[in-house]
Formats: sequence, C-alpha cells, structure tokens
Amino acid sequence: MRNLWIFVSRYNAFFLFIIFFLIGIYLTVKNNAYQRSVTLNSSNEVIGTAYERLNVFKRYLNLGMVNDSLAAENAKLKSELLALHTIDTAKDVKVVDTLTDQQYTYLAAKVVKNSVTLRNNIMTINKGSVDGIKNGMAVIAPQRGVVGLIRDVSEHLATIQSLLHKDTRISVSLKKNHALGSLVWGDGNFDIRKAFIKEVPNHIKMYVGDSVITSGYGSFPAGIFVGKIIKPNVATNDNFLSGELNLVTDFSTLQYVYVIKDKKAEEQKALESLVKPNE
Amino acid sequence: MNSRIIIVNIIRWFVLLFVQIFLLKNMGFYDLSTPFIYILFLLLLPFGMPNILLYLLAFGTGLTLDAFYDTMGVHATACVVLAFVRISFISISLNRDAIDDPEPSLSYMGFQWFSLYAFLCVIAHHLVLFFLETFRLTEIGYTLMRCGISCIFTLLIILLVEFIFYKRTSR
Repeated sequence: MRNLWIFVSRYNAFFLFIIFFLIGIYLTVKNNAYQRSVTLNSSNEVIGTAYERLNVFKRYLNLGMVNDSLAAENAKLKSELLALHTIDTAKDVKVVDTLTDQQYTYLAAKVVKNSVTLRNNIMTINKGSVDGIKNGMAVIAPQRGVVGLIRDVSEHLATIQSLLHKDTRISVSLKKNHALGSLVWGDGNFDIRKAFIKEVPNHIKMYVGDSVITSGYGSFPAGIFVGKIIKPNVATNDNFLSGELNLVTDFSTLQYVYVIKDKKAEEQKALESLVKPNE
Repeated sequence: MNSRIIIVNIIRWFVLLFVQIFLLKNMGFYDLSTPFIYILFLLLLPFGMPNILLYLLAFGTGLTLDAFYDTMGVHATACVVLAFVRISFISISLNRDAIDDPEPSLSYMGFQWFSLYAFLCVIAHHLVLFFLETFRLTEIGYTLMRCGISCIFTLLIILLVEFIFYKRTSR
C-alpha cells in the first residue's frame, strides 16, 4: 500500500493529467451539443450496422418463400398477357363511347415494307380499307414520334408516305410557346434522325433542347412529341426561321405503327371545302 | 520576491486573456489559423509550482476561455494536455535540483531551449484543441492543416512577445 502510494506520488503528474483530462473530455461531450450528437450518433451507427447485418441474413433465409410468390405472380401476369395477345387488334372493334365522345382511335398495324435510304420513302402496312383505313390518316410510332400519312389504300394493305418524303409536311409547334411551324425532312440533309422545322415566325426565339410537338391542325392529334431542337434559329431569306431537330422516331427499326382515325375528319374536310381558296 | 511573482502572473493572466478574448478571438486567417496567445501564461508559470496547482490553473484558465468561446471543456482539456507536456519536458530536459531560474522564459532559458519548449507545448495544445473541436476523423487533413498553420501563428506571436519583454540584464 505504501509502495503504491509512493508510486502514485512519484508519477503524480501523469495521474493528475489523466484525472483532469477525463474531466475535460467529460465536460466537452456533456455540454456541447455537437460533440454530444456525434458520440450518440456513432454509437447508434454501431447498433444500426449490426441490425443491417442481421437483416441480410434474415432476407437470405426468406428467399425461398419470396421466390415462390414471385413465380406465382409471374405466371399470373404471363397468362394475362397471353389473353391480351389473342384479342385480334386487326379488326376495327366498334365501341360505342357515349361518355367521352372520343375523337381519335388508334389502330395498330405491322410494317411489311419499309425504306429509309431513298429520297422519297414509302412504307407498307398490313391494314387496309377493310379495317377502316382511309387516305390521309396520320400514322405515329408506338413509343412516341410521328411516322407519316396514309397515301394509298387497298383492301388489306396501305402505303404510308413517311416523313422521309419530299411532299410530307406536318404541322408542328414549339411546346413552350406554341409557335407554329412545319416539319419537313431532307432539305439538304438526308440523315434519317434529323428533320427541319420551317416557317417559324421571325420573332420567336428557339433554343437548343426545345421540344417540338404536333400542333393538332393537321391529321395528327395535338401534343405528340416529335423531337428536340439541336440547331435553332437558322435564318432563311424569307421572313421565317428554321431549326434543325432530332427526331425521336427511329425509322430504321420501325415494326409496328399506330394509325390514327379521326372521327371528325370528314366533317372537317367537308366544312373547310366550303371556303374557296383566294376568295 | 514571492509576492511579486504572484502579482506579475495575475497581471499576465488578465492581460493575456483580455487580448485573447477581445482581440484575437475576432482574428482569423482565411478560417484556417487562429492564434491562441493565452497559453503563454501557462508556459511562463514559475518552476517551483506543485503539479496539482499547475493543473488547477491550467484547467481554470481553459474553462475561462471556454466560457467566452462557448466550447465547454475543449480549451480546458487542451490546457491540461499542455500542462502535462510542460511538466514532462521540464523534468526531462532540466536537472531538477539545478533550477535556480524563477520561470521558464526566453530571457532566462535562452532561445534554443525556450523555442523547443514553446513549440512542443503549443503543438500539443493545438492538436487536442482542434481535434476536440472538429470531433471527427473524416476531416483529418483539414484539421491538421488548421492546426499546423495556427501553431506557426501562435508560436510566432509568443516568440515576438518574449523578445519584446526580453530582460538583457538577467541573462
């Protein structure tokens, strides 16, 4: 005991240091909000990590059960998908819609012939007059983007004058300010991924990345996404601006298209034919 | 003689803490370096003090600083570490019986000994201070940089003060 006392008093500097140091640390952690939160948090972190480890282990044990339920769900979805496939979308099913008076109906069609390499490209689809397809109907791509207009119709087939054609003009507008323009392709650039928006009024500012959508003034319903401007404000020698845009439609890989039937197309045509041009 | 030392130390304590709290607290060098000149008081305490008194003084000085800096315990801990370094360094470098100088100041001990003494004490104090302040190891690079630059700053000011109050005759 006496030796211990001698030992302690001989190294009293060290023991006093330990005592005062611990008091200081205690004060620091106890009285400062930040230090306290860190010490508490780090201990929570330890506990949290332990729980996480445990959960991984538990998940592994449950894998068999999860697997079974997933397989059952998969089978259910598959059978539903099959049921959907077997419905013949080829036939123009008449649905009497008295509630919303739907103006546009879509008809899926398979592309049986396609071309992208010519100056004027024509596609053929496997739906014809039997399915109610008429000249001048709009055609869009399955995901998004425009394809073209119906040109000639036979009983079971129809040709599409695609956008990649010198006579195709589609009424489009800039999404942000609804400025009108015409979508054309192949004016000095035969890249099938690019097209031009022309006849935009001069006071409209176009920027790179502006979205171009259909305006709804032609056969196309309004709001179909066409592409994004990549080269804006190309001045032409008339009073309009042009812009180059990237098409979202990939014409080279088209397999299915949607033909859009406009219920009011004939009525509109008949009405507008009453106005004589240059009257 | 004895009462004179006590009075000198009390005046020094007030002056240094005043300068530290009202002047240097508002100084900073790009948020990297803050000088802590008040530790000069602990460096210059006389040789013959009992260890317990030294620790109590260090702890009390630190707590006073903490009260003004709103960092309860941080300065106190750093000052306790400084006191430990001071006691260890003096007992290693000096013969206990041969000490006849009253205090470990530049004018009594010479530049070489005092600068090493001040350097070790300052670096120990600042390391503890900055690491307790940040209280995490993820920002260790930034903390060390702050610590290093502050050390240089503090050390320069301490040496400057010591040279200003240099007593040529006593050497």
